[in-house]
Amino acid sequence: MPYRLIKYGLSNKHPDKRMFRTPSGLKESYDAVIIGAGGHGLAAAYYLARDFGITDVAVLEKGYIGAGGTGRNTAIIRSNYLTPEGVKFYDESIRLFKDLSGDFDLNLFYSERGHFTLAHSDSAIRTMRWRAEVNKHMGVDSEYVEPEDVKAACPPIDLTCGGDAPIMGALYHPPGAIARHDAVAWGYGAGADERGVEIHQGTEVTGIDVKNDRVVGVRTSGGYVRTPKVLSAVAGWTPSIADMVGLRTPLTVRPLQACVTEPLKPFLDKIMVSGSLHVYVSQSSRGELVMGGSTDPYELNSMRSTLEFAEGLSGHMLDLFPFLSNVKILRVWAGLCDMTPDFAPIMGRTPVGGFYIDAGWGTWGFKATPVSGKTMAHTVATDREPELIHAFRLSRFEDLELTGEKGAASVGH
Amino acid sequence: MKILTCPVNGPRPVQEFVFGGEFREMPDPDTATDAQWTDYVYNRNGAPGPRREWWYHLASGTWFIAERDTGTNDVKRTYLYGDEVERG
Repeated sequence: MPYRLIKYGLSNKHPDKRMFRTPSGLKESYDAVIIGAGGHGLAAAYYLARDFGITDVAVLEKGYIGAGGTGRNTAIIRSNYLTPEGVKFYDESIRLFKDLSGDFDLNLFYSERGHFTLAHSDSAIRTMRWRAEVNKHMGVDSEYVEPEDVKAACPPIDLTCGGDAPIMGALYHPPGAIARHDAVAWGYGAGADERGVEIHQGTEVTGIDVKNDRVVGVRTSGGYVRTPKVLSAVAGWTPSIADMVGLRTPLTVRPLQACVTEPLKPFLDKIMVSGSLHVYVSQSSRGELVMGGSTDPYELNSMRSTLEFAEGLSGHMLDLFPFLSNVKILRVWAGLCDMTPDFAPIMGRTPVGGFYIDAGWGTWGFKATPVSGKTMAHTVATDREPELIHAFRLSRFEDLELTGEKGAASVGH
Repeated sequence: MKILTCPVNGPRPVQEFVFGGEFREMPDPDTATDAQWTDYVYNRNGAPGPRREWWYHLASGTWFIAERDTGTNDVKRTYLYGDEVERG
């Protein structure tokens, strides 16, 4: 790398190759079309090409690569979920994440920090103990810890939280990590592109043609393409895409806002989450505090930010870290969350033949990027879901077999 | 949206209100099939666009209907349940 850097410094031209080609236009047909060039869509394209040799694939993106939730989350990766199905699924994701920098030859700044979920009430302690036991049973490193342990790991924290809701205990999850979220999408995109997948940015899907209950083609702003298989990986835009094939889903869409402060001297190497205070925070390698809260109080398909959010989150942050009162917020942004009733995703086949869904990623999508890409690629290639995502099928709602993950959502929503 | 108009108390800050979800007609539990019932219980219209919703004014305990566009956040009108025809 340093040698490449010297060459770059001495060259007049940009010596590095571009990460993605810019295809001139859509072909008439593809073996498969993926809607959405976020982390999930590009990961599915990558594994389709790498593991199944399916490279005649177009990824259609109405904005730019990673424009949606991929670049708007707070980059937290963890597997301390509540249901055995969830723990197994997210743990596989962590396993894949750890190898990605090497696979892509791209530094994802995967940084294992340790993850505290703070409990401020007896009922929260009960949930933390429950999650710790499920995690241990599934071979995932998690344990219930006392307030002193929180203080030892993070000395600046105010255990009394201003007096109203003192910290009574916590769930500690050592493998909790953060990573550079855009680079995850870029790495998957570059790997797919290199293997022949076409990524069409600025190409909006306007309709999906279905004949005899099977997908036959996709109408786009760049023309019509024939295809027998469509994967929808558009998170917050899923209801609009599902409407195109007449599919009903239990998804409702709300904005989730997050913000980042000016850079500070490093003081927080752990990821701190408080469900009761509706806040999660980590300090980036640049020193900025990356903070998020709960979803907005009502449904909305808009990525605007609000003063109420910044005010509310700042207040709760000061309960945890009173010395931050003079710190300034640099940026606030929002992403769209497609929430499911049971806080688990919706993945797999649908009643429409050849139409696959990867949705319901609510506030927990980034950490699942590798495993969702891998399992959805398997589903699209073989028309069968792997066992790992059986619990997340769309038909679980008809079967009344929900996968209750609300207790593992990072904050109450 | 910063202000929402309560049909009883007039325009009030949106913080005084609680969102109650999309307005939906309940199928008759005695005649509905399992498929109709699970559709009613779980499925929603999540795509952006105009629709009728339940809202609750906390301070006065008033449930009412708002016609709001979930893409633009514009509220067309609000009224008490049952008043739609008379005032529409």
